[in-house]
Amino acid sequence: MSRLIRMDQTGHTTLAEWTVDDEASVEVAVTAFREELENGSIAMVTRGPGHAEHVRELPLDENLVIMRRPIAGG
Amino acid sequence: MAAEPYAEPYANGTVLPELASVYWRPRATAQRLRQRDRSWTLTTVAHVVPFVLVAIVMVAIEPLAFPVSLAAIAHAWLIPMLYARRGANVMLPRARAADGPEAVALGLLGDLLNHDARELHARTGLVVEQGRLGTWVVGEQGALLARGRRVSCWCVKATDPELPSSDRIAHLLLALRTDEEGFATVANLAFSGARWRVRPRLLKHQRGALDAAR
Repeated sequence: MSRLIRMDQTGHTTLAEWTVDDEASVEVAVTAFREELENGSIAMVTRGPGHAEHVRELPLDENLVIMRRPIAGG
Repeated sequence: MAAEPYAEPYANGTVLPELASVYWRPRATAQRLRQRDRSWTLTTVAHVVPFVLVAIVMVAIEPLAFPVSLAAIAHAWLIPMLYARRGANVMLPRARAADGPEAVALGLLGDLLNHDARELHARTGLVVEQGRLGTWVVGEQGALLARGRRVSCWCVKATDPELPSSDRIAHLLLALRTDEEGFATVANLAFSGARWRVRPRLLKHQRGALDAAR
């Protein structure tokens, strides 16, 4: 089971869970993913120790996709 | 030197999306960081040397003017110290969220760290991350970049002010891991100077993180 989560005021919120062979769950996850992007979130997946990658489409084969807010210089 | 376009692929081929908001800045490469280090050193020398010269000349001309010399020496000491304090302030923690969200956020941050980093975070509230530019110490609203005896202090934070503290660190950590040079480009440099200037101005429990960043 893969998860799409968003870091927010609650710590994090699970937006969707899917399995690749369940088309309905994939559709829900893709919709949630796109809504988050439209709201200005940035999607990340981890790539082993010390590495992460910004993704623009929901990577269905990842176990965990993290949505974060942008960062800025203070 | 011509500025490199921000969209130039880096490492794993991704660039930090936030670079679009600071498109006018050249990428913070190792070479550019060294140039900025030299600028900070020259600025510090320019602040200190005149006061030291005034102190020496005053005493040489009139030994009874030594109180003025002492005041000049104090200025020569205070000005770099104030800059270092400004740098260390980027590591100040912000107000904590409620216990529940903090615990949830801590769990996610823990998943991003190995055992040693988790243990260090539990002691110091900071995350140490080895990069190509140096060793980073990541806090809630800023980061330190340690390279040998020099430390640069960067002010950078997540734009959502209501995040739990561990989520704020996780935001910066994920951005740093995506594009280290991009991270340093987006962040604002608050101070660059000797490690010994910054360390005593960190909170006591945070100093172990800087000590671990060798």
